[in-house]
Amino acid sequence: MSRIDDIITQFQTVTANPKAAVEQYKKETGKGAVGILYLYGPEEIVHAAGCLPVGMWGGNKTISDARAHLVPFTCSIMQSVMELECQGTYDILDAVLISVPCDTLKSMSQIWKGKAPPITFVHPQNRNLAAANEFLVEEYGFVKRRLEEILGENIPDEAIERSIDIYNENRKAMREFCEITADYPGIIDPVKRHAVIKARFFMEKSKHTALVKQLIAEIRKQPMTPWNGKKIILTGIMAEPLGLLEIFRNNGFAIVADDLAQESRQFRHDVPAGRTPLHRLARWWQELEGCPLAMDPGKARGQMLIDLASRYEADGVVVCMMKFCDPEEFDYPIYYPQLKKAGIKNTTIEIDLEEKSFEQARTRIQTFAEVIH
Amino acid sequence: MNMEQASSKELLAYWQAHLDERARSHKKEGKLVCWSAALAPTEMFIAMDIAMVFPETHSAGIGARKGALDMLEVTNRDGYSIDICSYARVNLGYMRLLKEYARTGEKAEALAKSPAADVPLPDLILTSNNICNTLLKWYENLAVELDIPCITIDAPYIHDMPVPEYSKKYIVKQLDHAIQQLEGITGRPFDYDRFLAAQEQTQRSVKQWQRVASFLNYKPSPINGFDFFNYMALMVIGRGEEFAEIALRKFADELEENAKNGKFAFGDNERSRVVWEGIAVWPHLSHTFKSLKNQGSLMTGSTYPGMWNFEYTPGDLMSMAESYAKIYVNMCLDARAQELTAVAKNGRCDGMLFHMNRSCKIMSLLNLQTAEIVSKTLGIPYATFDGDQTDPNNFSPAQFDTRVQSLSEMIAKK
Ligand code: SF4
Ligand code: SF4
Repeated sequence: MSRIDDIITQFQTVTANPKAAVEQYKKETGKGAVGILYLYGPEEIVHAAGCLPVGMWGGNKTISDARAHLVPFTCSIMQSVMELECQGTYDILDAVLISVPCDTLKSMSQIWKGKAPPITFVHPQNRNLAAANEFLVEEYGFVKRRLEEILGENIPDEAIERSIDIYNENRKAMREFCEITADYPGIIDPVKRHAVIKARFFMEKSKHTALVKQLIAEIRKQPMTPWNGKKIILTGIMAEPLGLLEIFRNNGFAIVADDLAQESRQFRHDVPAGRTPLHRLARWWQELEGCPLAMDPGKARGQMLIDLASRYEADGVVVCMMKFCDPEEFDYPIYYPQLKKAGIKNTTIEIDLEEKSFEQARTRIQTFAEVIH
Repeated sequence: MNMEQASSKELLAYWQAHLDERARSHKKEGKLVCWSAALAPTEMFIAMDIAMVFPETHSAGIGARKGALDMLEVTNRDGYSIDICSYARVNLGYMRLLKEYARTGEKAEALAKSPAADVPLPDLILTSNNICNTLLKWYENLAVELDIPCITIDAPYIHDMPVPEYSKKYIVKQLDHAIQQLEGITGRPFDYDRFLAAQEQTQRSVKQWQRVASFLNYKPSPINGFDFFNYMALMVIGRGEEFAEIALRKFADELEENAKNGKFAFGDNERSRVVWEGIAVWPHLSHTFKSLKNQGSLMTGSTYPGMWNFEYTPGDLMSMAESYAKIYVNMCLDARAQELTAVAKNGRCDGMLFHMNRSCKIMSLLNLQTAEIVSKTLGIPYATFDGDQTDPNNFSPAQFDTRVQSLSEMIAKK
């Protein structure tokens, strides 16, 4: 097995069994794990407490128990998360942070079914104001105090500063990884790319960074070969289940960049400098762009996608539309005509985490392959 | 019209039409028109003589007059998913047609024949998420489609009671910022005296609104809760102006008179009283009303109209901020259940009907949980039905009837 394959396998082992990764972390460190439900949370505070921040993005599960608690028009990912809550999957966690940037998450925060204590907090939406920063610093202060109570640990500012450095380092490595994936699509296919990125949610970040850096170094040793397949950009909340990415791979698609909440939106910008670590973390939220959960009356997303497409010479954009996600659905009628006007071909596939067969998506992707050639 | 002698119903119709007319003449005279979220703080805008239009109320009107489908078709074409709130979709469809009309000078057929109240395009918009974050997404789209300024009052979700001081401060700073924005947009200094007057007026309107709500406590009841929904429009469009107070006082006086004379909403036929949780099903309002009436069920409680109970101290922005944040769906489940319990108690309700609204996640997702808590606290049964406040396709009259009937049976068994 080549070194590259070996590293990729390590990431895939983590993403295939997050529970084992969390258990191992707890055993090795004697510390806890804290869930982040689900988009953006001040993971650095959790990390500073020595705990493992764990991403909570549902799973490829049939929905059954969740039906008793949610209306059928709840978005697919929250149905999936609720199912996992009911099944006790998240009971391995010591606490869960819940941010509420949409109406569904507000409701989810009130009906948490897991055993770990939930800590709900709010990301402010009038984001350009200094007052938003002050508000979020207070909210993060609240989160920090609750965590300290639950974990029985003091979380000093210096520790958070150190964690921010570790996270920024990881963000930088991730951006570099995404760049190199675009250069070496023959080596890193969509399935592998996703595993490297998703593993961030279950690995201590400095360990993740180290492994990603090794991977980048190994890839660079390889000759760059011309790519005869198609180059696409994904946009949306996430591109799962894995079966979807396999369809992309099997049809000769390379993902040259993404605008997914689960992927690049997490790391396309760093935590900036600032007065205190909490001010810095709050600024990160204020500077986040192009995500439908962060209010933006200027609606920068369409132009961002156009810029990405031209920078990576992409053949098209694939909209990964989370089923019943109204924030995402509101953006679409704005960026779709913009893409069209810019001559960027695009198609939409529905993201349903419960899906097992992917017939519809397969047809759409195959048709799209013909359209962009 | 003779305002003194007019009935409250006439006043309601008059003022609704008058405000639309005012918006149109503002537009003609080059004065500003603002589209506003129904629960956003309008006091600042009244102070600056800006004509306000309320898309949620406007969409509800289109729905009630059976004009929603035409607008929904426009948004369908524009790529809006049918999962999105139908108030937003109806309004964005209407906006699209107005925009086309402004551009080409030609009215599309759907606009020409629409029963929609004729309102002009806005010069600026005001939104707040004190009820839902959907209103942020919807207004983002309006702002970018029309290329106009958007004033936002972000009211953070109250996950732990009481409302923290820092949250109130954040809202107050946004009010200050909005005032600056308004000065910039109008090119005039902000009128603080009129701002205070609008706050004082709001308090007087709220008093009359509460007086109206108090009649829901009478048994038998002189007020039919569906009227509570209809008159709510006055609180949306006019609470900061005197006419709302006058019309609501008239309504309350009429109810008082009726109560005195033994004139009750259902005559002698009030057999049970129910809570209606959620927004009305505007396109099928009369069906829902009649279906309940057939069972002798009078609606005497709903949290939705109660959202406009903005009680605060004029001149004290911290208290104003708190009042605008404490909309019951913007609060944690316990606070929400407490609010519904109080409403059910005030209405002396025997059962509860929950609207599982396909359009509105914030008023549907916690319905079952709220129902369980309140039902246990008060020992009253509940039923749910599927519906939508403006998309007529998401409601089944037959299902509604069955659910209402079974609720009545549960009530009768007790
Ligand atoms: S952002 Fe969309 S997918 Fe995520 S919880 Fe909200 S509605 Fe669901
Ligand atoms: S109906 Fe619901 S989602 Fe729509 S604007 Fe009203 S509260 Fe928001």
